[in-house]
Amino acid sequence: MRRLLSLVPYLREHDGVAMTQVAAAFGISLKTLREDLSVLWMCGMPGLTPGDLIDIDMDAVDGEGVIHLSNADYLTRPLRLSTDEALALVLALRTLREIAGPGKREVVDRAMKKLEAVAGNVPATDQASVAVTAARDDIQARVNDGLQRGKRLDLTYDVASRAETTRRLVDPLRVFVLEGYGYLEAWCYSADALRTFRLDRIAAVEVTPIDVAMHDVKLKDLSTGWWEALKDAPLVTLELQPWATWVAEYYPTESVSGRPGGGLIVSLHVTNPAWLRSLLLRLQGGARVLAPEGAGDSAAEAAREALDQYAVLLGSIVGTR
Amino acid sequence: MAPRKTERILNLTICLLVSGRYLPKSRIREAVEGYHNLTDAAFERTFERDKDELRSLGVPIEVGSFDPLFDDEPGYRILSSEFALPAIDLDAEEAAVVGVAARVWQHASMAESTRSALSKLRAAGVEPDTSQLASLEPSVQASEPGFDVLWNAVLDRARVSFSYRDGSPRTLEPWGLTSYKGRWYVIGRDIDRAATRMFKLSRMTSQPRRVSRAGAYLVPVDLDLRTLARALVPREPSETVLLAIRAGKAPALARRGEPATTDVKVPAGFAVYAVGFGDLHSAAEEVTQYAADVVVLEPAELRDFVVRGLTAVAESVGAA
Repeated sequence: MRRLLSLVPYLREHDGVAMTQVAAAFGISLKTLREDLSVLWMCGMPGLTPGDLIDIDMDAVDGEGVIHLSNADYLTRPLRLSTDEALALVLALRTLREIAGPGKREVVDRAMKKLEAVAGNVPATDQASVAVTAARDDIQARVNDGLQRGKRLDLTYDVASRAETTRRLVDPLRVFVLEGYGYLEAWCYSADALRTFRLDRIAAVEVTPIDVAMHDVKLKDLSTGWWEALKDAPLVTLELQPWATWVAEYYPTESVSGRPGGGLIVSLHVTNPAWLRSLLLRLQGGARVLAPEGAGDSAAEAAREALDQYAVLLGSIVGTR
Repeated sequence: MAPRKTERILNLTICLLVSGRYLPKSRIREAVEGYHNLTDAAFERTFERDKDELRSLGVPIEVGSFDPLFDDEPGYRILSSEFALPAIDLDAEEAAVVGVAARVWQHASMAESTRSALSKLRAAGVEPDTSQLASLEPSVQASEPGFDVLWNAVLDRARVSFSYRDGSPRTLEPWGLTSYKGRWYVIGRDIDRAATRMFKLSRMTSQPRRVSRAGAYLVPVDLDLRTLARALVPREPSETVLLAIRAGKAPALARRGEPATTDVKVPAGFAVYAVGFGDLHSAAEEVTQYAADVVVLEPAELRDFVVRGLTAVAESVGAA
């Protein structure tokens, strides 16, 4: 119904438009479009004598696959945006704004202003917000520039799990936002593989004059979130103290169950052992590895090494005072 | 929607739109073919449902008196000035960003809302060409089961009740929704506690339910969701701590800090930085994660936190 009210003014604007173009514009199949047309054909001014009905040249529809619609002078404009539509679109624009870079941001702001002006329910657009953790302005501008002009990037990146900065050449393929964080997906020449970089961890970037190469890679469909990407990684089972249960909300889990006396038992997919190591350290004893055996050893070892170092240091502090 | 029903509702819309004046029900019943073969009772029911459906789409159906001499029977009309999307003039760049925005929502009913919005804009002559922006893929998820109910409750200003992880039942006047780090929060007035509260959707242990009509309360006119939501963001640094960081390690930490000096003899290959944190607790979490690559020099309180944390990891993590 919503669609039909937009379809009529659209078809009036685009006389003789191809069925395929309309289907693409409305995101529907040709079959659905054909059904919509046969409904429209039965509608019109009260009275419903043939002269009052919306007229669609069905021979042209079924023959050349183009649409001529007439006799619908009362539906020259689409229905105004509902609060729901306006707010959903504004939130989407705000999300895009976070990765648009300084140049495009003005464009997004202008578009938002115009939409709010025609929506007529402006206060509503303040009723929801989306925060995205993304790159600094100068970095975003260069990443997007490389992406748009197809130039290789020289990237300085903080690998969180290794606690190290790395320098590498990458061919940028896309910038995306998933679950509140912005990412650059690129072909990495150090790894010789597709890699995903969190935008807020890019410390520096230069656009090189080198054109990007062709890479035979398939970019992941983002509609399933991280789940698809993680599902083949090995499972680790953790016992979480009550104060560490945020882990279960924060990372995609395979299973979660309660534990007598509070806390949780969770299983999660771990692609990178170094990530698990830093999580266990960060939780400061709030998590214990139940399976697989030995998965927590490197964290325990790192903790012991750090404690030894403190023992030496504390000796020296006591000594100097 | 079944084609016959769509046909009937569209005819009703056209009928109310072209008349220009209030039409009584009896006249509508004659004019719209879909109402012809219904009994009186069935017509009443169907007409009410159709009106509700149109209103839920945002079609402004007005009720008034069609005849000043007989004002006992209400009439209905749609003013085309209220119905129609006002003229909107987006340039090519603006249209392109709107085109990208319409693909952002990864949530069925929200995606449908943005698609429908874009269809309306297209019908108003906006032609987005997003090819220049093809490599930008912003997305917003809303996988929490309570999202739809709360989104509509916020738009309709309807109270909701739900139970929360701490086991307590809550009744809330939801003012707004905000997403932080990919998780949704609802902010509003907690009625039982008579206070402004924020709830994380993933921590609701029951599906939220509407417990009032629409328009049941007023949202504070000075509501600033972004300020309220700032409670979610780590606090501005208020504590400065002195750390020794191994060369090339913990780069994010080193970059955030200022080079500093100390009298303490730091291990070889380490450099000293003064780094700001919101509070010592979050400093301890972050520092502990770097184990032997970052050493706390001052304050002693933070060092004790970290040593205690490391001891707990050394003792408990691997021991099954």
